[in-house]
Parts: sequence; structure tokens; C-alpha cells
Amino acid sequence: MKTNLQLAAIAAAAMLALTPAAARAGDPYLRPAKAPEPAHNKSTPARVALGKALFFDPRLSGSDWISCASCHNPALGWSDGLSTGIGDGMKRLTRHTPTIVNIGFATPLMWDGRAPNLEEQALGPIQADQEMNQDIPGLIKKLSQFDGYVTLFQKAYPGEGITDKTIGKALAAYQRTVLSTESPFDRWRKGDEKAVSASAKRGFDLFTGKAKCATCHEGFNFTDNGFHNIGLKATGNEADLGRFGQRKVASMRGAFKTPTLRDIALTAPYMHNGMYRTLEEVVEHYDRGGDVLDNLSPEMKPLELTAQEKADLVAFMKTLTGKPMQVVLPQLPN
Amino acid sequence: MRRSIIVTALLIAATAALAAGSEHVVGQKNKSFSARTLKVKVGDTVSFRNDDPFFHNIFSLSEVQSFDLGSFPQGQSRKTTFGKAGTIEVECAIHPEMKMIIQVEK
Repeated sequence: MKTNLQLAAIAAAAMLALTPAAARAGDPYLRPAKAPEPAHNKSTPARVALGKALFFDPRLSGSDWISCASCHNPALGWSDGLSTGIGDGMKRLTRHTPTIVNIGFATPLMWDGRAPNLEEQALGPIQADQEMNQDIPGLIKKLSQFDGYVTLFQKAYPGEGITDKTIGKALAAYQRTVLSTESPFDRWRKGDEKAVSASAKRGFDLFTGKAKCATCHEGFNFTDNGFHNIGLKATGNEADLGRFGQRKVASMRGAFKTPTLRDIALTAPYMHNGMYRTLEEVVEHYDRGGDVLDNLSPEMKPLELTAQEKADLVAFMKTLTGKPMQVVLPQLPN
Repeated sequence: MRRSIIVTALLIAATAALAAGSEHVVGQKNKSFSARTLKVKVGDTVSFRNDDPFFHNIFSLSEVQSFDLGSFPQGQSRKTTFGKAGTIEVECAIHPEMKMIIQVEK
């Protein structure tokens, strides 16, 4: 009897090992194949091609010098490697440039959630004085001068013309294709025990347990798409009110959007103000339970992690980085 | 005399209960409200109960009635009474995808 039970247990374990993908098909930590698309802007190759051209075209800015990719640079994890971005006239912005990896899964968008969807978000930085400083009528006039763009718009959105709507939709269609690739963590979830180190496995247990990171950094994209004040020190002259600027609710003062942790090793520095250069510094911040206690999220508590536990958390987070998506730059209409 | 005092007291209590209205309970579980829409009467109270293992928040910036009940952990509730008829959108500030509509009727 005991032998039968042992055999059955071995067989069950073997089946699990042999069919990891099937066994883990509903794994909430594995990314869906593609980002969801709104009914009015289903992806087509023509729409993605147009969006890609627009994304890399510096003529989308008033200076003809700053493209979306100037800040969301694929060579820097679709961010810019800076603590805070640089906009029109080389002026420093007040917030860190967030990566756009997996941005098609995020809603609402921006650190303060002011954009409800990618189509609307795409037009925000173009028009912002501090960022690309380009008015939309001027942009439409500019793009309409190029036969190449007229053709691209006609192929992507037949009969709709070059408008704010089609510019936003094309940029959104392209950005939905910017996805994280398979990381060591994903391979581990699919059953490859050797894909990550023992330290990283312990780090995952801490992440979802004692350290409570998964309270906010949850699911395959490691974000709850929510807003939290995590007690960061101010780096500018004035306190950044964050989400409170959009929702006048007390708990939102100093709260910012939970960022994805996908490709985290490529997207330093970290936090909405880019104040931490390393993941080790980030873990120390959370271990302290934050620095500024005024209006601190009630989820923030000192963690009392050991040095080994901190190292394990960092080891785990680094497994969330895959080989960066390869990008071939488009030839722009001229 | 004693009987009329009791009757009066009962009447007052009944009137108070009627004036207080009914109480409805809305759960917050898996980052969703247990009801997407809810119809209540003016004077009714809605109690929001957090059934998730993390904090939720309740607020409304609706013109009819705005309120901020703050953030609270699993197992706790926050309640508010609706004094005017109209449509009120209720949200969780922490998790912006959590939204529901409360229709307050006369």
C-alpha cells in the first residue's frame, strides 16, 4: 500500500514537472501574450508602423529636437537613465521618466494617473510646455507636409486623416507592442528550477510574505495600478502632491502610481523622483518603513529585514529582467 | 399613565428608526465592490466593509454628496448616510479601478 502511494506521488510529481506550462496556464505571474486594445483602436501592422514612426520622430516637438524616444529610450529600458527627465529648452522636469515596458496593461497612466488611457496620454507630453512644447494644430500642419506621413495615416486609419485622434491612436498602438520578454523569473514559473538562484527564490517568498512588497507590486506586471504615499524625501524645492493633484482626497497627498517592476534592472534610477540609484537603496527605504511619515500609507511599516533577506529581495527583483526587446529604428518620412 | 409613557416611547423609537433609514452593506473584495450599482433611499446608510488583506479607501467627489471616509484595513467598515437624491459615484482612492454608482432615490 505504502509503495503504491509512493509510486502515485512520484508519478504526480513527474507529471507536474513534465507539463509545467499546462499546469501553470492560469499563473497570475505570467504575462498575457498581448496587451488589451480598445474596440476603436484594434492593432494592425499599419497602425503600429505609423505609431513607431511618430514615436521616434523628433518633429513631434516644438523644437523639432525631442521625440517620445528621447526620454523613453529603448536603449535605457524605455526610460532615460536620469533621476528626472529633461524637456523643452533642456529644462529639468520634476518627475522621473517611467518606463513604457508593458504600458499597454497600465491604467490609469502617469505618476499621478491623470491620463485615463494610452490614446489620451500620448497627446499630453507632446503639448506640455515643459516637455515637447508642440501644439496639436501645428503638429498636424507639420506632419501633413510629408507625403510619407499622409500615406502612413491613410493606410493606418483610412479616411480619418491626420488629427489629434489618429496621432494619439497610432502612438498608443505602437506602445502596446512594447512588452517585457521572458525573464529568468518567468522560466522558473514555467518549471525551470535552475532559472533562478536559491537566493532569488527566497527573495520571492519574502516579496510575497514578510516584506509585503506584493501588496502593491502584484501580478505579472508587479503593480496594483494603484496610488500610495511611500514616504520619500522631497528632492525639489516644493513637495510634490502627486495623485492629490487629480483627486482631492487626503490619503492621496504625496501618493504616486505603483510602477511595474518588469525589466527593473534596466530602468534605474528608481521612484517617482529618481532618488535611488540602486535596488539595494530601494530595499533599505522600505526596510526603514519610509522616511517622511506625514500622510504615509498605512501599508508602510519597518520590515526588520536581515542583510541576507535584503540581498535575497534584490536577487529576486533582478530575475524580472529579460533580454530587452530589439528595436529596429524606422526610416522617417522626409 | 405608565402605559401611555411606554406607548409614546415606542412611537418615538419607531419614528427614529424610520428616519434613520435602512443600512446596506457593500463589500470590497479582490479590489472590486460587491455591487457595481446600488439603489438606496434618502436617509439610508451604506456601510463599506473591507474584505481584502490590504487597505482600501472610500470617497466620492460627486456634486450631490461628497465625502472622504479615509483608508481602513481588512475586517473594518466605514459608513455614510445619504441625505440627498441623486447619482453618486463612489471610489477607492488607492485602487482607482474600484468604482461603483449609488443611486439615491426620494
